[in-house]
Amino acid sequence: MSNSNGDTSPQAHAHSDEQPLLQIQDLHVWYELKRFGFGHAGYVRAVDGVNFDLQQGEAMACVGESGCGKSSLMKTILGLNRPTKGDVVFDNQKLTETFGEDLRLYRAKIGYVQQDPFGALPPFMSIQRILEEPLIINGMKDKNARVERIKKTLEEVKLTPVEEILPKFPHMLSGGQQQRVVIARAMVMEPKLLVADEPVSMLDASVRVEILRLLRNLQETHDLAVIYITHDLSTVRYFSEYIFVMYAGEVIEIAKMEDLLKDPKHPYTLALLEASSDPNADNALVMREVPRGEPPSLVNPPQGCRFNPRCPKVMPGLCDVKEPPNFLVAPGHRVACWLYDEASGAH
Amino acid sequence: MDATNNDLLMVRGLRLHFQTRKGVVQAVDGVDFDLSRNQATVVIGESGCGKSSLAKAILRLLPRNINTYDGEVWLRNENIMELNDESFRRDIRWKKISMVPQAAMNALNPVMRIGDQVAEPAMVHLGLNKKDALAQALRMFEQVGVPADFLHRYAFELSGGMRQRAALAMSLVTLPDLVILDEPTSALDVLTQANIMNLMKRVKKELDTSFILITHDIATSSELADNVAVMYAGQIVEVSDARRFFREPLHPYSQKLMASVPRLRETVEPDFITGQPPSLLNPPTGCRFADRCPARFDRCDEEPPTVVRGDGRKVKCWLYV
Repeated sequence: MSNSNGDTSPQAHAHSDEQPLLQIQDLHVWYELKRFGFGHAGYVRAVDGVNFDLQQGEAMACVGESGCGKSSLMKTILGLNRPTKGDVVFDNQKLTETFGEDLRLYRAKIGYVQQDPFGALPPFMSIQRILEEPLIINGMKDKNARVERIKKTLEEVKLTPVEEILPKFPHMLSGGQQQRVVIARAMVMEPKLLVADEPVSMLDASVRVEILRLLRNLQETHDLAVIYITHDLSTVRYFSEYIFVMYAGEVIEIAKMEDLLKDPKHPYTLALLEASSDPNADNALVMREVPRGEPPSLVNPPQGCRFNPRCPKVMPGLCDVKEPPNFLVAPGHRVACWLYDEASGAH
Repeated sequence: MDATNNDLLMVRGLRLHFQTRKGVVQAVDGVDFDLSRNQATVVIGESGCGKSSLAKAILRLLPRNINTYDGEVWLRNENIMELNDESFRRDIRWKKISMVPQAAMNALNPVMRIGDQVAEPAMVHLGLNKKDALAQALRMFEQVGVPADFLHRYAFELSGGMRQRAALAMSLVTLPDLVILDEPTSALDVLTQANIMNLMKRVKKELDTSFILITHDIATSSELADNVAVMYAGQIVEVSDARRFFREPLHPYSQKLMASVPRLRETVEPDFITGQPPSLLNPPTGCRFADRCPARFDRCDEEPPTVVRGDGRKVKCWLYV
């Protein structure tokens, strides 16, 4: 395996002969800031040089705080943003070379599960209408075939009895059921890739696991690739094979899920894990170690490593000057941190 | 818990029912619990179980469509339910009990400087002049870790975490005995969340404040909890000290709820609760959890009593009778 941007895929070893379903190649998504509506005033560097591959049938989790660029990355994969630099190659199709009608077809192959189910469903449309819409737009003319497809999808997301659900409106369903409708809508075009943006963060604890399991089942039965975006590390372990952590527009660590949870390397990943708690009465007795400060502005990110102003292990003269490349610390485990540069002798 | 411990808040038989076009919604239906000084009670439950209504009932922040509002709320030795609205407003709200409502950080006034907003309760309720009130606000800013120059900034200039801190400073500025926090961290990032929880631990220690923390996030709730009250369909089904609750919850609902929390450091497969909570319009006559309960038996058709166990834990379930 090799791609022109260097070996950045942890899973490449397992699938060395296959072309990945999704390749993110040195992707940059910058938003231009305007002064008075026309003068150039800099860029918001929401995604700044991201590389990874995703194979058919694999789930990858993307973890990061709000404002780290994970939504911009996702919107670009969905074809809603244009890459500023680099490319997204999905199903052998380059996003930068896809326009018009082709772009519509490109989008139809990717399902999208929104964060807030109530906000994502139009309140004045019945469930049937909501699920029919993507089929109509994508030229499925036969009404009976459409209804058949919708029924099949609803059964797959376990929204039964189907006949009772179809005429209902979103407000008549519970939060968990609404999220199932959103998942059904994402699945109705039989996509190859599902992008789930915090699919359970708005739901009650008692139904979260149910929805995660449903996504997992869909992934297995349809051999789907899934990108699961979240800020909650505790749900990741039940869902994904791979995980990458984003900070200030960059991927700072990428590994197999168990490797990352068991042996996290980057100080930011360590901080995230330290800050996530399990229910335990002892928690009330201790203070959590939290890095000081807040994520940097993406207009003027800090020089060198972007985490350096908050990092407890910062090495002045190195971390605040030179941007760390990806170091391979274990097979498939890459981390962008100078601590793991054997040549510099720091570790 | 012995009686000498329960010296701050005692809630007995509190009911808050709303009148709607479809009928009466029994949002809070006969709630009992106690809170000691310098303690934190966490109220956990799913959305729609009435936990926010409980906070509003304690603080008498009521909408117009009230059907029933009764019971007793004892603050120290005074039944504050007997006060008229004016004296409640003047003597209790802010002065003795303050609240950080849900999404408070997004409810800050956009055209008022943060410092003025935080100082306002101290001026209105403690009668301080502006200078003293601002000085008090500054002390609270230091307490919650907001830089002093933020006094002169506006809400839009602050990050989410800083705005949440400012809302917390506002609730503390009158030095109340009790602060009710409604989902204080649910919209925040993991690191900010951990920061805010650290902060509340410190405030609790240094200012001798009591907290009622209302949340659906069980893992985060364990960061502050001395006691846990589990609410289901308008009723409290279990009250327990945190140590024993997190190790071994009693009520079948609490057990299911705890089992549904994904763990980061353990490899137990999380479970989920089948079915949905009952409608509060027409709750079932017996145990309200019976339909979803794995341990259901014939007595569950009658309303279970609240059993006080030898170790002081209370549970509303026939299994423990």
